[in-house]
Amino acid sequence: MRYLPLTPEDRKSMLQTIGAKSVDDFYADVPEAARLGGKVEGLPDHQGELAAERHMAALAGKNRTASEGRFFVGCGAYKHHVPASVDHIIQRSEFLTTYTPYQPEIAQGTLQTLFEFQSQVAALTAMDVANASMYDGSTACAEAALMACRVTRRKRVVLSGGLHPHYAAATRTVCEAQGIEVVQLPPAVDDELALKDAVTDKTACVIGQSPNVFGTVTDLSPVSEAAHADGALLVSVFTETVSLGMVTPPGEMGADIAVGEGQSIGNALNFGGPYVGLFATNQKHVRSMPGRLCGETVDADGQRGFVLTLSTREQHIRRDKATSNICTNAGLCTLAFTAHMTLLGDKGLTQLAELNHEAACALADALEGVDGVEILTPRFFNEFAFRVPGNAEAVLAQLDELGVIGGVRASRLFPGKKMDDVIITCATECTTEDDIKAYADALREVL
Amino acid sequence: MTMNSQGRSTAPADATTISDIHTISGSRGLLQREDLIFETGCVNKTGVDLPKPKGTKSRLGGVMRKRSTELPGLSEPETVRHYVRLSQKNYAIDLGLFPLGSCTMKHNPRLNEKVARMPGFSDIHPLQPQATVQGALELIDQLATWLKTLTGMPAVAMSPKAGAHGEFCGMMAIRGALMARGEIETRTRVLVPASAHGTNPATAVQCGFKVDEIKADKRGRVDMEDFKAKLEDSSDIAGIMLTNPNTCGLFETDICEIAELIHEAGGYFYCDGANFNAIVGRVRPGDLGIDAMHINLHKTFSTPHGGGGPGAGPTVLSEALADYAPVPFVVKDEDVYSLVEETEGEGEEAFGRLCAFHGQMGMFTRALAYMLSHGADGLKQAAEDAVLNANYIQTRLKTVMSPAFDGYCMHEALFSDAFTGGDIDTLDISKALIDEGYHPMTMYFPLVVHGAMLIEPTETESKAELDRFCDALTGIAERAAQGDESLKGAPYLAPMRRLDETQAARKPVLRWTPPEPESMAAE
Repeated sequence: MRYLPLTPEDRKSMLQTIGAKSVDDFYADVPEAARLGGKVEGLPDHQGELAAERHMAALAGKNRTASEGRFFVGCGAYKHHVPASVDHIIQRSEFLTTYTPYQPEIAQGTLQTLFEFQSQVAALTAMDVANASMYDGSTACAEAALMACRVTRRKRVVLSGGLHPHYAAATRTVCEAQGIEVVQLPPAVDDELALKDAVTDKTACVIGQSPNVFGTVTDLSPVSEAAHADGALLVSVFTETVSLGMVTPPGEMGADIAVGEGQSIGNALNFGGPYVGLFATNQKHVRSMPGRLCGETVDADGQRGFVLTLSTREQHIRRDKATSNICTNAGLCTLAFTAHMTLLGDKGLTQLAELNHEAACALADALEGVDGVEILTPRFFNEFAFRVPGNAEAVLAQLDELGVIGGVRASRLFPGKKMDDVIITCATECTTEDDIKAYADALREVL
Repeated sequence: MTMNSQGRSTAPADATTISDIHTISGSRGLLQREDLIFETGCVNKTGVDLPKPKGTKSRLGGVMRKRSTELPGLSEPETVRHYVRLSQKNYAIDLGLFPLGSCTMKHNPRLNEKVARMPGFSDIHPLQPQATVQGALELIDQLATWLKTLTGMPAVAMSPKAGAHGEFCGMMAIRGALMARGEIETRTRVLVPASAHGTNPATAVQCGFKVDEIKADKRGRVDMEDFKAKLEDSSDIAGIMLTNPNTCGLFETDICEIAELIHEAGGYFYCDGANFNAIVGRVRPGDLGIDAMHINLHKTFSTPHGGGGPGAGPTVLSEALADYAPVPFVVKDEDVYSLVEETEGEGEEAFGRLCAFHGQMGMFTRALAYMLSHGADGLKQAAEDAVLNANYIQTRLKTVMSPAFDGYCMHEALFSDAFTGGDIDTLDISKALIDEGYHPMTMYFPLVVHGAMLIEPTETESKAELDRFCDALTGIAERAAQGDESLKGAPYLAPMRRLDETQAARKPVLRWTPPEPESMAAE
């Protein structure tokens, strides 16, 4: 077995040193009835690298990648180009095979990276501080709801009709367990501002999204004003980080907590994970934040260095009184994010955002030219919803046969909500003019 | 003696000690000083070449960013150098033994990295049509089969994103079952041993339960007297969360009786599977009577820790809890795989959704490659070698350090600080290990042992490596026993000396801010 360094002779001599007859001695505490005689049945024995790789390649070969053909799927995960150097950096042994930086003297690489990550996320969202990441955008959203309840000592959260339904569901799951009331506004392409009428003096927070799951961008400032007037917080969500290069960021709309999905920067689609949850807030709420925080300090010689800090909020210290049970976060995905964002800088990010927006505008122009198509999203960044005459699922299936993966049917995300004729579609810098033309031509043929 | 081309000796001229040397650059030989990107980058620089935007009319409707992000950019060579320099300030498994108890820092096979990057896995979207991702769904199903078979459990929820998320999943399933029984209002107490990971009590509370702590006995196991006393009035018992093998590195000898008693009391048994790596292939947790257990793919099945994630925490469930698994899950009909993303109707049993999409696919691919490579025989051998290595360390160190408990351990050896002299403590010993070229062991955990030092070597260390480690730790332990005060200054040879964590917490600086202009700073 190529991963096991001990030889049979090593094992024998080590057992002798220990004074044990065989490894069975170590398992003597296992109740008799639960001891397996031989191997676990029903599983194959070990195999070489070539055989294992072939097995995996065969499975990979049964999937159609986003790079083959015309691809227009978004809704919380986005096909972007990731520079080659990013993957090189995250495969450095010293980043890939290290642990959470609990020993700062030999973990400054990870810690400085986290400090840079926190600084970048704070700047992007226009918030004061960010944590060192959550699992993904949806769990960050759920944690934001819990944090708002801690801060306000209230137990009601209101979700907009444009919040990604998976984010809403993840938030409902954690809230309901803690007796927090969740008010879900009806699905709406362009009604984030309805949140302002849903705030009362019992509300802990309202959660709105821009761009929302239908692609609509909204200035949530009126919502934050209404929320603050009633002592509630605004949680501002985004699933497409690239949008922050152009679109009004949470901090410019008076958000108290900003959460989002960072996958677009540095991370592959990966069929939904691992991704990286972004979480930022204002200075006064720092000590109520969930998750790890990295802070600046000095060492015994007075040199600047970084450590994990404010850990009295966390489970390994506070146990049942912790702000969250989170332990593992998205370490390596934050590194990918940070490295890609460093390559971009403000200049590259702005340009990338413009390219995404222009691709989506060109796509909208092309689809609007198809008879029967009605664009529903009034203001968008790189994705939008449109209505087709007939059933979206059938239309997408026919498009698929013509080599176009045209988007997500709204009924997959909102089952039973009478959205059977709505498609949510997305374009990025990876989308070519040819792709757009092919989409419009195929749609014309299908409808 | 080596000579250079001008005939000069290359031998050093004197014996200046390391601490005497101060460099102008701040670098020290191969170890480069590296500032923050905010200090070296600039807003107008970028390391990507993108086409020029055309200047299309915006459809943002004026919802535009007002202030620049001011994010610094760097060219590609500068970016690569920045992160490579930073990487060299990190310890890693690929550099040496990383004996963090309970964390399972084993070798990360590179085949697994290769397969995870196959475009057929990395370049597929979670919401593209299911007909186009049959291989991905089949992979999830295969991994689920391995996990169910190895644990002897009938069901598994694949979407939890880490160990603590898996705990949440399992406890929410328990919550769902109690709700179905109409007992969620009354059954609110969860028993958690004092030795548990901090995530256990935090999770129980996050699921709306109250934590009731059980004592450990003198053998490092659950104190059965205390446990039984807690069950005397069992009408409010929701369940128990127990790690097995436990955080003292010991198998819970009474685990079957614990399972029986908790079930008799009307509760469920959540097993924390963080230490499953010690028993894979030798014991199926399902045969012990558990109801739920998360499996840290980043521990037992070697997906890389990545400096703190990402992980994955699939959670196996018993018959009693299987119906309360969250969405989504994969089902197979004839030869077609599909994802169930919503449960229908009002009386749905699933507790809902844990997160967006379907779980940590990038970790699933790595874990399955690991399992295929090891096979049933190799997984068992890996568990046995991990346990053998830990017992070897325990034996070699037991005369110079203080084993916390008598008898053999499982995959990790636990010591208390009883052997130290003067005011030398666990932290000093840990930091001295850094100077010897090792990552420290887990310190001060579990809480039930004073000054705990928890050492987990894993199966991927050779005997020679274990011997070198034991030699180094023996030397440190002897100095600690003598009260050698110089240990309190360690590490001396790391990229940094001890860092001031108190200052970091008292006045937190959590992001870079531009320095004040000099004229203002002078005022």
